[in-house]
Amino acid sequence: MRRDPNDLDRYTAGERVIHWTVGISFILAGLSGLVLFHPAFWPFTLLFGSSTWTRILHPYFGMLMALAFLLMTVWFWRLNRMSRVDWQWLGRIGEMVNGDDQNMPEQGKYNGGQKLLFWLLLIGTLLLLFSGIALWRAWFHFPVDQVRFAAVVHSAVAAVMIGLIMVHVYASIWVKGTIRAMWYGTVTRAWARQHHRAWYRQITGLGNGQPR
Amino acid sequence: MAWQSLDIQRRSATTTPMPGARQGNEVAKLIDISQCIGCKACQVACMEWNDLRSAVGACTGVYDNPLDLDSNAWTVMRFTEMENNGRLEWLIRKDGCMHCQDPGCLKACPAPGAIVQYTNGIVEFHQEHCIGCGYCVTGCPFNIPRLSEKDHKAYKCSLCSDRVAVGQSPACVKTCPTGALHFGSKEAMKDHADHRIADLKSRGFQNAGLYDPPGVGGTHVMYVLQHADHPEWYSGLPQDPKISPWIGIWKGLAKPLAIGTMAAISLASLFHYIIKGPNAISKETEKEVEDETRS
Repeated sequence: MRRDPNDLDRYTAGERVIHWTVGISFILAGLSGLVLFHPAFWPFTLLFGSSTWTRILHPYFGMLMALAFLLMTVWFWRLNRMSRVDWQWLGRIGEMVNGDDQNMPEQGKYNGGQKLLFWLLLIGTLLLLFSGIALWRAWFHFPVDQVRFAAVVHSAVAAVMIGLIMVHVYASIWVKGTIRAMWYGTVTRAWARQHHRAWYRQITGLGNGQPR
Repeated sequence: MAWQSLDIQRRSATTTPMPGARQGNEVAKLIDISQCIGCKACQVACMEWNDLRSAVGACTGVYDNPLDLDSNAWTVMRFTEMENNGRLEWLIRKDGCMHCQDPGCLKACPAPGAIVQYTNGIVEFHQEHCIGCGYCVTGCPFNIPRLSEKDHKAYKCSLCSDRVAVGQSPACVKTCPTGALHFGSKEAMKDHADHRIADLKSRGFQNAGLYDPPGVGGTHVMYVLQHADHPEWYSGLPQDPKISPWIGIWKGLAKPLAIGTMAAISLASLFHYIIKGPNAISKETEKEVEDETRS
């Protein structure tokens, strides 16, 4: 259902489903993983049935997340190739954070921050996948030295990933008009022109005026 | 536990101090390898007292039976035949939990109260709190805990904490026919070891000594070794066991660092929103886009 005929399509239904699958499995894997990381998060066991269920389910949440993310990579990697403009954009990210984004370099469908996040999350997902398999004693038996190293990698990478996702989620809350793209796939023309002008021009053929 | 003899001094995944008013006396089991004949009575006694029955194994051409520790075999005799200065030596080590003063299993365990250390030094697994992750296996420098194939809980020697609590010695010690096993206060066991070591030295074992590795804070199961300079001769007893530095990072620095980072990012986001306000489209831009679209 289209609310405004001028809205722009940003994500297909399939793209939204895969993103939500990654998001939900990330949250489930994150909450159950934190239980295994620090006793301060022990109350999260209540979400999963019991502490033992938390331990049983965590790797499956993780596998689902890795699978969904790898699928998303196949879907989206071309759109996330970094260009020189993206690095310029990242070099001036201070202005963006400062709330002064009028003069930022023009961005395509994704800005440099989104692209960098994508690649960092891909690397993180692969590291979590491999280290997680080493830790998964229900199915695998690795030499104890490797398991010890994997435990450090797994928790450090997970903490970085949670931090990156916090930034990702906050960015979508901060930049108004973003979350609707995740819900129903469309954005307003003004949103597209403001934040992704090159993409806006590409799909509307408009907006060649100087950015304000 | 409400027994003074089972007062807890350390508890897994617990960040506040344990009740500490009462001081316990440290106990220890002393395994005098020079007096062991490898009869395996200790294995039988352990099975009897703890009601454990390992699956019947197969003969693989060595004396070790069962071949390894498992969730139903908390102690195993490991046999090593070696030639030393032209003499055959049969080094028989009773393997099992060493009850470290600084237990790697307890440090690694994420489940509150699944592993405890009593004030007498005994390290015990409480399987009803165990979640089956196997982190204790990862943490142990002696490769002792075993996950059950059946219930996925971790098991190991309890040093018969139930017997010790009421003033009895562990079942293995009680049954040892040669006096190779001793049990008492850690001090008394060290004294006894001194006599045994002096005796061994007088018989030509110049390097006889006590195995009470300081890297894990000492242990509550100690060995008298004929060749204390070569503990690895005894089926790979570690020379200088320590909790792995990876475990130290994982269970130490990583925790505050990760929580601090996550908290900092959440707070920074919140305050950024409050200070900078939402990044919304200005009315002018909206107007411009409207005009552009219409034209």
